[in-house]
Amino acid sequence: MSEALRFLFDPASWSGPSGLGAELSQQLLLTVTALLLACAIGLPVALWLGHLGRGGALAVNISNVGRAVPTFAVLVLLSVGPLGTGVFGAYGRAGLATLVSLVLFAFPPIVTNAYVGMREVDREVVEAATGMGMRGRELFGRVELPLALPLVLTGVRLAMVQVWATATIAALVAGPGLGNTIQLGFENQDVARVLGGGILVALVALVLEGALALAARVADPVRRARSRSGVKAVSAVATPTS
Amino acid sequence: MNLHSLVAPGAASDPPCYSLAVNSWLCGDYLTDRWEQLQDALVEHVLITLASVALGLALALPLAILARQVPRLETLIVSGSTILYTIPSLAMFSFLVPITFLTPTTVIIGLALYSLTILVRNILAGLRSVPAEAIEAADGSGYSPWRRLTRIEMPLALPVMMAGLRVATVSTVALTTVGAIVGYGGLGNLLLSGVGTQFKAQILAASVLCVLLAVVLDVALMGTQRLLTPWTRVRGA
Repeated sequence: MSEALRFLFDPASWSGPSGLGAELSQQLLLTVTALLLACAIGLPVALWLGHLGRGGALAVNISNVGRAVPTFAVLVLLSVGPLGTGVFGAYGRAGLATLVSLVLFAFPPIVTNAYVGMREVDREVVEAATGMGMRGRELFGRVELPLALPLVLTGVRLAMVQVWATATIAALVAGPGLGNTIQLGFENQDVARVLGGGILVALVALVLEGALALAARVADPVRRARSRSGVKAVSAVATPTS
Repeated sequence: MNLHSLVAPGAASDPPCYSLAVNSWLCGDYLTDRWEQLQDALVEHVLITLASVALGLALALPLAILARQVPRLETLIVSGSTILYTIPSLAMFSFLVPITFLTPTTVIIGLALYSLTILVRNILAGLRSVPAEAIEAADGSGYSPWRRLTRIEMPLALPVMMAGLRVATVSTVALTTVGAIVGYGGLGNLLLSGVGTQFKAQILAASVLCVLLAVVLDVALMGTQRLLTPWTRVRGA
């Protein structure tokens, strides 16, 4: 343990093209890009379907398939397939294959939670808004989306945890990121390196998760108006897993 | 298999479709020639998955019941298991390696901790879904707290608990592959060795078997649930 900390606090482990610094920034870049891409593609579709009230089976199926298909298998399949060759800019070795797998695995939580969030908006509130003359875009923007926001953001948070974990595994298939440090440690039976890499990966995961949870708290318009809605947000987290 | 043996003699001079020269994704020869290797990996995969989920369940049940009985512990248990879930699998295995070394135990403990999160939440949700009238009726009939739990609450919570068990099992099948980093990943070992040699037939076969295994276990658990809760079928129809 103390050796792992010594490894983490040694400036030499952070420098260089395969140092912790380069690997950390690569993995953060990959995670953020994949998450933004998945949100940009998945959120509009899921929110729109939720607004229309159609495609419930789609949301359920996407989340079931996402759970059954191993991230590791998809990483391997894509990296051995046509996407796997070469360096992809700042994303490094096999970066394209990694990025595509990360986007794929960000979809299920984002799509499912956004859809369920929209469908769980109180029907009576929607009816009241319709009765007040709200239609389409206004109903969506001023009533449905603000009420669905906690669950939508929960989906983004779950996706980010998933993407960060998968980005770590990417190293096993020649991808970039901090997994390389852990894998190198395994290959050389260097426990300090294995443990040090693991500690850093876990710490960043917790920090990212905490930051998004905080952002979701700040962004929730209902929570700002009424503290009671916190109960709803917490109970909603369990929905995708059941 | 018979068809294959009929074709083989004529094609004896050709390299098999899984050789590096051909390296096709779909290859019947690979399945027949390497079936034992696939079978061994599949058996290891099943054993690791079942052991992990069983250990997760053995830990989750008392934790969930404890959280139910002592509300002050509930937040601690639920948020503690959520933090566990946030830790990436590769990091989790690396934490366990100094304690349990490169053994299947490392993989099983790591995966059990993940299934713990899903199971604790769903067991709690299941216990919460028990109607208050049922609990009151049991109390009124003089049930002891233990008997009420085992005879009334657990059976009524079973559908939600089983849903959680299915999710945990399917996720564990997928995550077991990452155990390849310590050498015990079941089909994941074939994926990891395949990626080094670009062995396409092996990679595809292992991936498909993984998904099939998840589906088979999911269906088996669904069937078990129907057998265990005959009353839900009547109500569902």
